[in-house]
Amino acid sequence: MVKSVKIMDIPEEEMILPGTRLCPSCAPQLAYRFILKALGPKTIVAVPASCMTVVHGMQGATPVKVPVLNTTFETVAASASGIVASLKNLGKDKEVTVLAIAGDGGTVDIGIQGLSGAAERHTDMIFCCYDNEAYMNTGIQRSGSTPFGAITTTTPIDGKLEHKKNMAMIMEAHGLSYIATACASYPLDLYAKFVKAKEMKGEGLRYIHVLAPCPPGWGFDNKLAIEIGRLAVKTGFWPMFEIIRGKMELSKESRRLIDPTKRKPLEEYLQPQRRFRKLSPEQKQELENYVADTWNTIAKRVDV
Amino acid sequence: MEDKNYPQAHKKILASIQYPQIGEAGKTGTWRTMRPLIHEDKCIVVKTGTHNCHLCWLYCPEGVVSRTIPPTIDYDYCKGCGICAQECPHNAIERLEEGGAKACPA
Repeated sequence: MVKSVKIMDIPEEEMILPGTRLCPSCAPQLAYRFILKALGPKTIVAVPASCMTVVHGMQGATPVKVPVLNTTFETVAASASGIVASLKNLGKDKEVTVLAIAGDGGTVDIGIQGLSGAAERHTDMIFCCYDNEAYMNTGIQRSGSTPFGAITTTTPIDGKLEHKKNMAMIMEAHGLSYIATACASYPLDLYAKFVKAKEMKGEGLRYIHVLAPCPPGWGFDNKLAIEIGRLAVKTGFWPMFEIIRGKMELSKESRRLIDPTKRKPLEEYLQPQRRFRKLSPEQKQELENYVADTWNTIAKRVDV
Repeated sequence: MEDKNYPQAHKKILASIQYPQIGEAGKTGTWRTMRPLIHEDKCIVVKTGTHNCHLCWLYCPEGVVSRTIPPTIDYDYCKGCGICAQECPHNAIERLEEGGAKACPA
């Protein structure tokens, strides 16, 4: 389990300079800010086409202080594998961390073949999926990570018909040493998980899945960005856990939610978001069943 | 303006390279419609004089709130999202309508 971090333990230096191209109250930017703080300046980042390309700016200038390689959508894990191989060749693989950061499209849909290949080869890198649950950069198209019932520009009018892919379990089947889920609304927990992933250098690919609310895509007021992510955790919709060498442990915020009575009603999470505005009572019941099923699976694996 | 801390030695590489710079998208403070204002008499960090809160620094996606006593906001780049005002446990940050000069001279 990760050690708890206090605010003053986090380095003050900003790795992302202010004045980026991202929307106001962008939770992926908040997550990326703490990811880079955790990994430090000796990091090389690979990004596919996503909102993370937007943060890295246009020709001539970038707000990000670490070296970044912009790649095509399918090749982020393959490009990062290439960086790892060349670092090994130069003898710098011990000191430099390689991070591949992709959106949910670049991880669960388009990028999954490259990611699966890198996981199979046990490439020594960190793969982070920041999950804003649709292709937000190109105008809110549905992805494999969009939850059931959410409306995007490419779903039926009453919302998506399928459930979200359980990416952490897909990655666990690859036999990875470290898998974690986090949420941008808990930056201290997110920071601790990336520090842990950095410390586990040399143990192959480490996978971290970060839920990052997107105000324009999910349809809520800008100022609620942190609150919505917090509700996703507190209602049990987004369980936060770590799987360290095959052993699952729930994170501090999610540990007590194993008791169904401690979870907040799911309605509190769904109601402020416009993407869930057309949910029927049956669809709400289906989502509640999904949450209950998720936690039943978790309860079988962790000792409380 | 280019950041002086970053040596430009690798400029000879013939590829599309970008250099770190503050304000890549211009002064993003002009996007703002609501201005956050820190009331120092309510701020717990100022009142106690110790680094015991700093939630506005923690949650600011843009990183424009400083982790100092008293906390300050860089209005050149604050996009005015209102997260700091929402998350402040002591309601020390107020949101005011931006007035005065128009952001875009017509």
